[in-house]
Amino acid sequence: MIWCSAFWPTRYSTSSWRIDLESTLFGRGLKPLAVATTVLLATTLALVFFYAPNDADQGFIQKIFYIHVPLAIVALFGFVAAGVMGAMHLRTRDDSWDARSYVAIHMGVIFGVAVLATGAIWAKGSWGKWWVWDEPTLVSFLIVFLLYVTYYPLRYSIEDPQRRARYASVFAITAGAFVPINFIAVRLAENLVHPRVLNQTAGDMPGEMRLTFLVALAGIALLYVTLMKLELTSKNARRQLRRLRMLLEDERTGGAAPPPVATVPAKPV
Amino acid sequence: MRAIAAIARKDLLVELRTKESVPAMALFAVTTFVIFHFGLDRDRLEGELAAGVLWVTLLFAAILGINRLFVAEREQGGFDGILMAPIERTSLLIAKAGALIVYLVALELIALPVFALFFIDQGFWDAVPRLAAVILLADLGLAVVGAMLASIAVHTRARDLLLPILLLPLTVPVVIAAAAATKPLLSVPLETSGVAKWVAVLALYDLVFGLLAYAVFDFLMED
Repeated sequence: MIWCSAFWPTRYSTSSWRIDLESTLFGRGLKPLAVATTVLLATTLALVFFYAPNDADQGFIQKIFYIHVPLAIVALFGFVAAGVMGAMHLRTRDDSWDARSYVAIHMGVIFGVAVLATGAIWAKGSWGKWWVWDEPTLVSFLIVFLLYVTYYPLRYSIEDPQRRARYASVFAITAGAFVPINFIAVRLAENLVHPRVLNQTAGDMPGEMRLTFLVALAGIALLYVTLMKLELTSKNARRQLRRLRMLLEDERTGGAAPPPVATVPAKPV
Repeated sequence: MRAIAAIARKDLLVELRTKESVPAMALFAVTTFVIFHFGLDRDRLEGELAAGVLWVTLLFAAILGINRLFVAEREQGGFDGILMAPIERTSLLIAKAGALIVYLVALELIALPVFALFFIDQGFWDAVPRLAAVILLADLGLAVVGAMLASIAVHTRARDLLLPILLLPLTVPVVIAAAAATKPLLSVPLETSGVAKWVAVLALYDLVFGLLAYAVFDFLMED
């Protein structure tokens, strides 16, 4: 039982957060969110293939840009958000923030694998090599990715749940601050050899391309949020189930005084 | 302030008496230079290759020292002592980072002349004043990040396995900036253009991670 109460030690302290906090931990709204994600991603694909023009330089292969770049942007924002959630955990001592931070990093790493894979495919199609070192965004992303992968061995080699949550939060904050610093350093180190499509988002990207890109960005961001919510919900459900099982076990063996019922209010998932 | 001085003094005294970290780091660095000689099959180095060999070696040697940084605290209950003492917990971080800087400078006082002897033909001593500034700034960054990560890693099960994989990605900017600043200094003939930009990047890194470590260290030192 110690394990359970350590993971959810307090009710949420301020009532203004309660609604928001609970709704992200439980399944409410998951279905509409999933539907919206599906619709938006389908729209994205339709726009990418039937609406956006082929790039004049790179041709068809450039269309991977509409998946690759939003994935990268969302993953990086997820990493930075995980840092903010880690800071919230340290401030409030609410372990649900640690769970959020963990899931944000977890999804960021999964998206990161997709970024590196799509980036390599794009590099092969466009420049004829699977990997190029003079593309600062790609290299920075690799370094950030390598850093965030170490989150797992760090997290799982600390046994005490409170210490684990605290250290994971410190990691999330440090790594979140590292993301921009790393991009500055790598960007400065590389001579910008290749013209990069991303630069055009600010300037001369044609309207159709920009619209497609923005829809793709929204779709991928929504996908991230949906997956995050899904994992948080399932983690929470699993935890509650385990807690109930242990309660039952205690009752059957006629154990010591029953621990406080429902540290987290039980709600339909 | 007195607490910082006391802890740092304790660490340096222990190091002076046991000679545990610095000699091993120095020996490691010299051996690594020899390895690089065979690995690269080069007798003399200059420019980017020299900078790369120097910084990779210094970074890896630093890891040895960083791994040992909190071992005494863990094995002999020093953490409890610090927690019970009426001092700010951050003073442990500052003292450890300070001790680590001393270790690194001691390492470099040995490794740099050996590096020059092994690999550099001419003009090394002209570069030394500027090189020293670059090295000190890089040492500061390594020491702050190293002390923070060492205090994390020492509380985990994986300990000395975890530290390098945490530290290496986080110190990539240090290596980028330090190697880029060192490259013109070790070129023949000596150049100085572009050094200032990288010194600024190093200073920025030190500042950001210094403040960050200061802000989060309290949370690493509870219970």
